[in-house]
Amino acid sequence: MNMAQRVLMKGNEALAQAAIDAGCRCFFGYPITPQTELAAYMAKQMPKVGGVYLQAESEIAAINMVQGAAAAGVRAMTSSSSPGISLKTEGISYMCGSDLPALIVNVQRGGPGLGGIQPSQADYWQATKAPGHGDLHILVFTPSSVQEMVDLVGKAFDLADKYRMPAMILADGLLGQMMEPVEIGGKEVPVPAAKPWAACGHRNQREHNIVNSLYLTASELEDLVKKRFERYREIEAKEPLCEAYLVDDADIVVAAYGAAARIAKAAVRTARERGIRAGLLRPVTVWPFPKKDFQAAARHASRFLCVEMNMGQMVDDVRLAVECSKPVGFFGTTGGVIPTPAQVLEQIENLSGGAR
Amino acid sequence: MAVVFEKPHALTDAPTHYCPGCTHGIIHRLIAECLDELGLEGSAVGVAPVGCAVMAYNYFSCDMIQSPHGRAPAIATGVKRALPSAAVFTYQGDGDLAAIGTAETVHAAARGENICVFFVNNAIYGMTGGQMAPTTLPGQVTQTSPYGRDVKTAGYPIRVCELLSTLDGTAFAQRVAVDCVRNVLAAKKAVKKAFQTQLDGRGFSIVEFISSCPTNWGFTPSEALVWLREHMLPYYPLGVYKDTSAQAQGEAQP
Repeated sequence: MNMAQRVLMKGNEALAQAAIDAGCRCFFGYPITPQTELAAYMAKQMPKVGGVYLQAESEIAAINMVQGAAAAGVRAMTSSSSPGISLKTEGISYMCGSDLPALIVNVQRGGPGLGGIQPSQADYWQATKAPGHGDLHILVFTPSSVQEMVDLVGKAFDLADKYRMPAMILADGLLGQMMEPVEIGGKEVPVPAAKPWAACGHRNQREHNIVNSLYLTASELEDLVKKRFERYREIEAKEPLCEAYLVDDADIVVAAYGAAARIAKAAVRTARERGIRAGLLRPVTVWPFPKKDFQAAARHASRFLCVEMNMGQMVDDVRLAVECSKPVGFFGTTGGVIPTPAQVLEQIENLSGGAR
Repeated sequence: MAVVFEKPHALTDAPTHYCPGCTHGIIHRLIAECLDELGLEGSAVGVAPVGCAVMAYNYFSCDMIQSPHGRAPAIATGVKRALPSAAVFTYQGDGDLAAIGTAETVHAAARGENICVFFVNNAIYGMTGGQMAPTTLPGQVTQTSPYGRDVKTAGYPIRVCELLSTLDGTAFAQRVAVDCVRNVLAAKKAVKKAFQTQLDGRGFSIVEFISSCPTNWGFTPSEALVWLREHMLPYYPLGVYKDTSAQAQGEAQP
């Protein structure tokens, strides 16, 4: 797509096209609901742009193929859903340890185990706290519309390249499956960043490159991890993204991301109509977590309400961000159950002492 | 002065960490000689395994990637698909290739992935101190088969070349040994053929090296080679298991 177009697209397909538009030419996947359309779109479109679509024998193989392509210096991605992401955690950890950029998409479904196939946000902890073994982080973006499924892809690739680390789009079955009008294309395909560290054949013109995560000397590994954490601190200072909706004068601040944030936003709007000073803070990155936005809101808000499609995961980060200076309540649905605006409104009204 | 013998350029100057009598050094050298002779060092990307050869990335002068355990064929797939002009090879042991990485190995072969796999089979997990491997022989004593591998409970060894040669995507499969000069020379020919298979775009190639592990077998280096000949070679016969080259096809015709 050379010209920007406004089209009706499914979230999964829009994300796939946006990845191609962002210069991604290597997709390695394995079938799983509810991300299937993303892989199917890639299977159809990648050959047309001279790219690679490969259906691997497992999610483990797929993430390692991504790792190989990324190590060779090429923009690569994979997509899956919750149980499949668990299998990818090995590869994600190795990519963190080898400082490799790549994009991983998680179109979340209910868990644990095989769980269900309905939308969920139950992998928040996995994405933000332990996407693999070891001291590590990955960039985690949380779109809440099909348009954001598009807009965050290029950014995720760019920041992954910039900071040499994996990035994740943490979506869910609702965003993946829903159709919305979306503006897509019309942007220049970025010139790939120079990757002088890549293992792509030295052409007898430089020393050999080694892409590696093994360091047997404890102090050497410690130094390396500490350096990586300096980079993480820089990211935490520069890269958090958050949408603030009616927060400036808010008494009750709802915190929600992704699909849950769409529902919470509707509830906040109705609460305002009923005279309740409610607002919404919607993290667009959950690692780095937008702490400053929450700290600023804590100066005037009397309480927070975290709304998630899980049993309460991001709520921990909200409490940490406001350093427990204000009460932080929680409302959630799980297992693939989607909360209704009325349920969230009821929570807001209860916190405000009933409808006014 | 005429140089009559030197280290291959595709090997670095780093001293290897391998035990005395281990055959990894010979196998590294054969691969490096072939990289030199085929002029591939500059376009080669090697994938090191987890296991004794994990630090192969320090020993080869070409670009190297260190893989998670068993995933080397998947890593190599990613590299080769991203950079079709690269000469991509993996270097893997028996636990890596035939236990934890069985799926990656079999499917890379089934896809006819245009890569070379160099498989070092010494019938034991070396780096972790001598545990039973998927290729440990029946009755063989290891740290985790202290009474000898009992096939009733631990099952049977996997013959990798035979297994992979049944797949249409496998273009070249040969089992070699490096226990004597004659076998070393044959092994080098096999390595070269594997790279040539990739250069010709014919698909997946594997060279399996029957190797010794004096340290974990509990033998001197020379005793280990005797044990290899007496026990390993009968179970793992040397030879070409698959070769789709025109030359081989021609030879096969009467």
